[in-house]
Amino acid sequence: MNRLQALYATTIGKKFIAAITGIILFGFILGHVAGNLKVFTGATADGIPHIDEYAHFLKIAGAPLVPEQFVLWSARSVLLISLILHMTVVIQLALISAEARPISYVKSKKRAASLPALWMMFSGLLILGFVIFHILHFTTGTIVIGEFNHGFVYNNLESSFSNPLVGIGYILVMLVLGFHLNHGIWSLFQTLGLDNPDRNKFLRLTATGLTIAIIAGFISIPLAFMTGAMPDPVSYPHELLTGHR
Amino acid sequence: MKISLHVWRQSSRDDRGGMKEYQLDDISPEMSFLEMMDCLNEQLTQNGEEPVAFDHDCREGVCGMCSMVINGEAHGPKAETTTCQLYMRHFEDGAQIYIEPWRSSAFPVIKDLVVDRSAFDRIIQAGGFISNHSGPKPEPNSIPIEPEIAEQALDAATCIGCGACVAACPNGSAMLFTAAKASHLGLLPQGQTERYSRAKTMVNQMEEEGFGSCRNYAECEAQCPKGISIAFIGQLNSDYLKASLVEPVDRRGEMHSQ
Repeated sequence: MNRLQALYATTIGKKFIAAITGIILFGFILGHVAGNLKVFTGATADGIPHIDEYAHFLKIAGAPLVPEQFVLWSARSVLLISLILHMTVVIQLALISAEARPISYVKSKKRAASLPALWMMFSGLLILGFVIFHILHFTTGTIVIGEFNHGFVYNNLESSFSNPLVGIGYILVMLVLGFHLNHGIWSLFQTLGLDNPDRNKFLRLTATGLTIAIIAGFISIPLAFMTGAMPDPVSYPHELLTGHR
Repeated sequence: MKISLHVWRQSSRDDRGGMKEYQLDDISPEMSFLEMMDCLNEQLTQNGEEPVAFDHDCREGVCGMCSMVINGEAHGPKAETTTCQLYMRHFEDGAQIYIEPWRSSAFPVIKDLVVDRSAFDRIIQAGGFISNHSGPKPEPNSIPIEPEIAEQALDAATCIGCGACVAACPNGSAMLFTAAKASHLGLLPQGQTERYSRAKTMVNQMEEEGFGSCRNYAECEAQCPKGISIAFIGQLNSDYLKASLVEPVDRRGEMHSQ
């Protein structure tokens, strides 16, 4: 514990935490996009879309070994803690850096710093706003656009993304997420001291490749609904999915 | 050639300071940037004004004294060049040239363009010593070193400690300097004994001096007059994390079985 405290006191330690929590949050994004793609795999013979089934699985994962929603809330807790730590250290680092240059240059020119790298705080803030909106929109159903029914994921997606403004909004935020990931994924390797000239190109290409794949996956969903490429939702009784009467 | 200079003037540490404009009408393109500064100071002296204070020493790119941010870039527009190696032919006739001191709370301005860089000295001091044989000169091949590693250590050792990395970093971080100094010893067999404790003490001193945090922009590498690579920052991150998390603190403490 003393070691972690001493490490946390330094900027390198805070960056270490930003990198580790970044990996956790990136892991979530990877799982989220993979799960989302189930929207394209169709429906069961009963007419239940695979994505609805998957969403239900997330709720009951681990049961009956652990109570329903236990795994779900464990994962959510880890993600929430990671997100809070990620933001806390980044804000602390930004304050330290602001103090390190009290007077700014009259003229300032960048040779190497990329715009996505310079705008990480901004893209991060936008993503935070989006995550809050996204949870209120598709998880809790507090913000209703079109129609919302708990558990009927496919219906909810179709109903929201048939509004082109929502679809375009989601797509734009995903592009911002892409910029954040493109710098962040590479940057965490450097922060953890795992990058060197031998692997630099590989790591940067991997970061960009993963980013493009993830963002393409996310964007494909609103795009598919907006262009009308997706089959119309079929109504089915929810008991079929949950088994509850 | 004619140029307009915008120079940061600050009479003392406590003075607020500000940019001041000067006109120079008879500048030869063959002059070095510092010779142009000398011309400016002659002109100022003749007009009874206070000359501009600026640091300079060897004027051949090895001492690391000439610290100026020229048009927003540390050591001016040419890559891997110190201010003293910059020539007026690198500017256009009629150019507007902005000259500012290194901007960092760890490098307080003493006067005009002169800053106090003793923070760097304290980081080097914090690195301490290397445990090395100090008798008669040893046989040169008694310590085998892979040539690639020797070259890499030399790359780190080319750091002249000018502070351009801090000046260029959008966050005012001194990671490139500290990494170069820690790595050129950490890479060589002679520096292994204190490798991890050195990484720790140097980073801790760097933190204490009030430098900003590294954000992996690589702006330091791009503006470093010696082109020192951010690979050394990765190396320092690795050494520091290992020193903090992996290396045993209590090597001789008690242990029990169960």
